Amino acid sequence: MTAQETTVHRPKDTHGVHHLDLLESQAIFILREVAAECERPVLLFSGGKDSAVLLHLAVKAFRPAGFPFPMMHVDTGHNFPEVLAFRDHMVEVLGERLIVASVQESIDRGRVVDPGENGSRNRLQTTTLLDAITEHKFDAAFGGARRDEDKARAKERVLSFRDAFGQWEPRKQRPELWHLYQGKVLPGEHLRAFPLSDWTELDVWQYIAREGIELPSIYYAHERDVVERDGMLLAVSEFVHPREGETVQRLSVRFRTVGDATLTGAVRSTATTVEAVIAEVAGSTVSERGATRGDDKFSETAMEDRKREGYF
Amino acid sequence: MTELLDPTTSSLLRFATVGSVDDGKSTLIGRLLVDTKQLFDDQLDAVTEASIRRGTGEVDLSFVTDGLRAEREQGITIDVAYRYASTPTRKFVIADCPGHVQYTRNMATGASTADLALVVIDAQSGLKEQTRRHCCIAALLGVSEFVVCVNKMDLISWDEQAFRTIASDVAAFTAHLGVRSTTVIPISALLGDNVAERSSASPWYDGPTVLEALEGATAGNWAGAGLHRTSGRLPVQWVIRQVGERRSYAGMVTGAPLSKGQEVVVLPLGQRTTITKIETYDGELETAEPGISVAVHLEGDFDVTRGECIASVDSPPTVTSTLETTVCWFGAQPLRVGDRLRIKHTTQTTLARVTAVDAVVDINSLTLTPATELVENQIGVVHLQTAAPLAVDPYAANRMTGSFVLIDERDHATVAAGLVGLPQILA
Repeated sequence: MTAQETTVHRPKDTHGVHHLDLLESQAIFILREVAAECERPVLLFSGGKDSAVLLHLAVKAFRPAGFPFPMMHVDTGHNFPEVLAFRDHMVEVLGERLIVASVQESIDRGRVVDPGENGSRNRLQTTTLLDAITEHKFDAAFGGARRDEDKARAKERVLSFRDAFGQWEPRKQRPELWHLYQGKVLPGEHLRAFPLSDWTELDVWQYIAREGIELPSIYYAHERDVVERDGMLLAVSEFVHPREGETVQRLSVRFRTVGDATLTGAVRSTATTVEAVIAEVAGSTVSERGATRGDDKFSETAMEDRKREGYF
Repeated sequence: MTELLDPTTSSLLRFATVGSVDDGKSTLIGRLLVDTKQLFDDQLDAVTEASIRRGTGEVDLSFVTDGLRAEREQGITIDVAYRYASTPTRKFVIADCPGHVQYTRNMATGASTADLALVVIDAQSGLKEQTRRHCCIAALLGVSEFVVCVNKMDLISWDEQAFRTIASDVAAFTAHLGVRSTTVIPISALLGDNVAERSSASPWYDGPTVLEALEGATAGNWAGAGLHRTSGRLPVQWVIRQVGERRSYAGMVTGAPLSKGQEVVVLPLGQRTTITKIETYDGELETAEPGISVAVHLEGDFDVTRGECIASVDSPPTVTSTLETTVCWFGAQPLRVGDRLRIKHTTQTTLARVTAVDAVVDINSLTLTPATELVENQIGVVHLQTAAPLAVDPYAANRMTGSFVLIDERDHATVAAGLVGLPQILA
């Protein structure tokens, strides 16, 4: 028995278009579609590599005009100084408007409880983010999340509906067919829009290399004092102090993701150029978030649980 | 290293899993990803840990894509999981779709952007009604290449005759659906036979493994070209205003390339003009390929707005406000004559009224049965009257300008997927 005779193995062909060009065009399409369909969008900017790529794509989608939305940073107060400097540098270069939604302010106003010196502010960001969305009446928030990052994100639509409480209900997602992104919501509800949904970590780095996109320096290998905690290398800083029994080591490291400094681990690396980083990413045996994110290790469905509450 | 920096060589294939609940779609994707080493160590560890904790064996491969809490509790797929894989010869975007009839809308979501359907059938039960429904939806949506896996062959002792019977049933059905290419493969997703590696249990089978079939399939770019090209179109998404310059019109090219100097028509009004410039942020283009986002400048002073269509003068889309369509209905309440809905077609949103519900598709016989309403998950022939004229192509000719969704005005829910024209599979 052979496969049916109707099978013909034709030459491969993506109609001569580079796959990074298709990903870029699709992301630009999504940015323009949401800007047109929604009344008050906002672009979430963390200063990480994915939001740097998103910003670059927004430039391509809307220049020579200005962005039809402000940028917003949800600031945990536990930042890497290099990332804050990068954020301010990008805002200055682009001349766009930045809103800072501060977790510290949420703590000061009594909206959330300070988890203390060694505690994580990761989960608190959700309250700060949702309060800011309500305050500014945003009906859509662009984020740099990708489906290859996590099994819950793999399930999410490009335009992801949030109810009046900011919640994601994975069993009731809107059908999303073809490129017909449908952005209408009732007052109080909003959307999260993910133009990088179909990009992988490797795509992002290949695109960064091709486009010469600027990143915070901590994405490239540098010497840093770190302590090993819960299987991660945490950078010693004003937010992370060595605990009893922990030894401070000076290692050549870089960061694969950038989040709250108390929860974002570094990886051992000697990759000082984008080419060297790409080689590392292509050969990696551990996922990006698995290697570096303490916030995903709380439970089997840590990301889904946070997303349900309204997390990024 | 050069290859890593310039991944031009790998062509992209988007495929969706299709079939009934419990026939093993998610397990097959899990197996394919594990055997081609697409999973990171920590991801595989997490799947193993969850499998042991939930008592579903050493490694429950379906957990690779069934990542939601409710999915793991119930052992079913609720919504599409998108996974990304690459082999030395190509890149894959995988949409692992639910098989349950209740989640047909999610299956349609996954299949709408696929170029190939990976159909999974349980060898013990053959072609079920739900498998027929999903194959029918995939074919309607324009997926014209099917790789059909007859799964759980180990449970029928690799019975060649049983496989042949199912294979010929499937071939007859997909031929009836108008599917261009069907490859049928005997597999065990659980054990990995004929998935990434050839099985010694089926010496009588000398066709491709699942991986070989996927690597050998025709690549897509569904959004840009589709299988039957129209001439070039650019549905206007966004007007870019520039100081001291004329406006430019941004959007994604579809159907065929558009070029500088090309004569075009602006629809629905039908003004003729010429493309004077095609811009991207990185500079001007002489020609813009389908699937690429650009901004075009036009000769003369037109007021072109979002939702209008710039099209080649050579066989442009049809401008009409009365549409004969094929609708896959997802609403909890039936769709009836007189219903008023919002319609989103390309970048245009307007109102539509249902003027007739002609017929419903009988999934088993693939014939049209007269009907007066469509209930949830039914496919039927529906006539619409739109408030504003639309520039449409038959879906079979262009997936972008031939598709639309219907939206409930009250809560903005997407309640139907629509195709312009009669269902091709019944023609």
